[in-house]
Amino acid sequence: MAYHRFDAVIVGAGGAGLMAAIQLAGKANIAVVSKLYPPRSHTGAAQGGISAALGNTEEDHWQWHMFDTVKGGDYLVDQDAAEVLAREAVDAVLELEHMGLPFNRTPDGRIDQRRFGGHTRNFGEGPVRRACYAADRTGHMIIQTLYQQGIKHNVNFLDEHHLIDLLFTDDGIACGCVTYEVKTGEIHTVHAKTVLVATGGYGRVWKITSNAMAGTGDGMAAAYRRGVPLMDMEFYQFHPTGIYKLGVLLSEAARGEGGILRNGDGEAFAARYAPTLGDLAPRDMVSRFIYQEVKEGRGVNGEDYVYLDLTHLPPELIDEKLPDITDFARTYLGVEPKTEPIPIQPTAHYAMGGIPTDIEGRVIRDELATPIPGFYAAGESACVSVHGANRLGTNSLVDLVVFGRRAGKHMLGFIEGNALPPLPTDPEFAARAQLADILSRPKGIRATEIREEMQELMMDKVSVVRDAAGMTAAKERIGELRRAFANCAIDDKGTTYNTDLLEAHELGCMLDCAEATIEGALARTESRGGHYRDDYPNRDDANWLAHTLVYRGSGGLEMRKKPVTITEFQPKERKY
Amino acid sequence: MEYTLRIKRYNPDQDVKPAFKEYTLDLAPTDRVLDGLNQIKWNHDGSLTYRRSCGHGVCGSDAMRINGRNRLACKVLMQELGRRVTIEPLIGYAVVKDLVVDMDQFFASYKAVKPYLIADDSPSAGERRQSPAQRERFDDTTKCILCAACTTSCPITWTNENFVGPAAIVNAHRFIFDSRDQGGAERLRILNGQSGVWRCRTVFNCTDACPRGIEVTKAIEEVKRALLYEQVV
Repeated sequence: MAYHRFDAVIVGAGGAGLMAAIQLAGKANIAVVSKLYPPRSHTGAAQGGISAALGNTEEDHWQWHMFDTVKGGDYLVDQDAAEVLAREAVDAVLELEHMGLPFNRTPDGRIDQRRFGGHTRNFGEGPVRRACYAADRTGHMIIQTLYQQGIKHNVNFLDEHHLIDLLFTDDGIACGCVTYEVKTGEIHTVHAKTVLVATGGYGRVWKITSNAMAGTGDGMAAAYRRGVPLMDMEFYQFHPTGIYKLGVLLSEAARGEGGILRNGDGEAFAARYAPTLGDLAPRDMVSRFIYQEVKEGRGVNGEDYVYLDLTHLPPELIDEKLPDITDFARTYLGVEPKTEPIPIQPTAHYAMGGIPTDIEGRVIRDELATPIPGFYAAGESACVSVHGANRLGTNSLVDLVVFGRRAGKHMLGFIEGNALPPLPTDPEFAARAQLADILSRPKGIRATEIREEMQELMMDKVSVVRDAAGMTAAKERIGELRRAFANCAIDDKGTTYNTDLLEAHELGCMLDCAEATIEGALARTESRGGHYRDDYPNRDDANWLAHTLVYRGSGGLEMRKKPVTITEFQPKERKY
Repeated sequence: MEYTLRIKRYNPDQDVKPAFKEYTLDLAPTDRVLDGLNQIKWNHDGSLTYRRSCGHGVCGSDAMRINGRNRLACKVLMQELGRRVTIEPLIGYAVVKDLVVDMDQFFASYKAVKPYLIADDSPSAGERRQSPAQRERFDDTTKCILCAACTTSCPITWTNENFVGPAAIVNAHRFIFDSRDQGGAERLRILNGQSGVWRCRTVFNCTDACPRGIEVTKAIEEVKRALLYEQVV
């Protein structure tokens, strides 16, 4: 074993984790744990942009951004959080520029901005140019820039360390985590005054996903296992334009720059559903439009996909503003986007739900928003909630920098005011037991079998359109798969770079996330944002203008409701 | 379609030296090499070890030697390679296990060139201004994903472990030619040293290897020219 002591340990080196680390660097003794190398984090795959009401190319106001975020989230957004998001986005984007992020520029040298789904002028009148961008690799430039700043500030990185467990004192105060060093198989206790979980999403639960293979919900599962609730897990976003069968994302920026979705008849169908915004309606809606077109037989050649058409755009615009995604179409589909439409289908993309926090990034334990001392979460693994029932495009990157930064600053105050809490007795016990359990079984079911069935099941029963019968069956089967997982065996029993072991561990995390997702989705007998049920097709504010909290206790799962914070905007019907 | 993957395997816990092992698989011509590796790992031999994450060429995890060329396993389709494919770890760094190499030296070289904006003027209330032309000047080198395909294709790196290598120079270039940066002189001093750009023999392997299409050799030459003529344009 190895023992480390820090003021703060940050688990996850994507945008949120690194943004928090930069606030703390030089002021506190910190470590950043990543199961990859930090620049490989999935923030780097974000493409289209990061919104902020800079008003560089046309009039814009943070209040409009706040409104769009609330409406985009189908009024499940906590409006105090949405205000922070929209207001601080402006500062955060400028801070990124000051750190060196190479944004595209306007002719007069300011940060250029473009249109994105659901972002409007004057409370819904029409599209607005709000997304700041660096070609179609904005996330790549964010992760690079933040990693560079980490190097500049001598941040202590624990690269290729896999989170296995979170540590709390007997009084429930966060006091560190346990990691597994991939290269050596050594277990590390990281003892700290504060812990930030910023481990990203769990898109790998579904068969078709834009998520990296690392997106397995490790941090969410670790918290959930320690009795922390997960919030709003039923809200999982399917992005409308994933590469057919592969799921790789083709940015909404393609439509922001003028791309059009067409069905098998060649019809631009989005305007039929959303007269004002058409192809730039929010993602949950566009994914349902595609689902409906396919269901009614208007997929391409009667199959389960439609086209993203860029052929009418100037070729130089494609080269300048959408180079990467058009390269993906060429590489993986053999399609030339300048002359041919691109086959696309909705792809599992983003968790609106996660570990519940307040607007300072503090993890809360209940519907009264009671903070857990020393425990923080930010980014996709957290749920503030700024995205409510459906996240707007670009707001994930805004969330990372705004709430990563806030969490980092709040942690600094906490570190100054608090002593290092004691470790629990035998802190590595649970982590060692988990891994030893997998390693010790000489024979058993392969993790692959369980994983593939889970992914197909979730795709089939718990995706764009859901109902009670399908989800009840999914719940039962996930329970069986969890029991099967308790008997899974692996081939590699070694200590050197054992990814066989870690993939099995990740499967356990994904099964936990799937369980919580289904639990929330079954309980919520309404349709809202990304959660659409055939059997309850309408929004039901009387009963469900509330967040869900799922707990796993010794007596099974428990569900609670937490009220939504409403300040400026009263819930209205959501039309675009 | 049937493909044979010939993979160089090495597990330091049990093997004296690396050895090739062959796997015959049923893959679609449009499958990625990564899909082939996953199929082996998930269905046949879980001990096969390689790095991977995003699966579409943007995270830089899965650079390896595929039929003798440095490629990303997630960005090469089987149909480009023929029915018999040889897969080896990158050359020049110690093998940790199978296709995983030790990246410590790579990241140390990257860090050595001060790969971050150096600008001590306190920025104004808004953004620092930069014209589209100034921004375009260093666009190519912003694409680097730190996969090490270039550096480990360079014969100078193979024989001189102190050479910073193409990837570090690319990342220095990204800042030297950024109009907002004031650290160019510092970086040029580093790259003018024993382990810097003058070790480059313009072999162009790095440019061929880059999965992001960066003109790596051109960037190195631009840094050399900046040193020779003391100008950054």
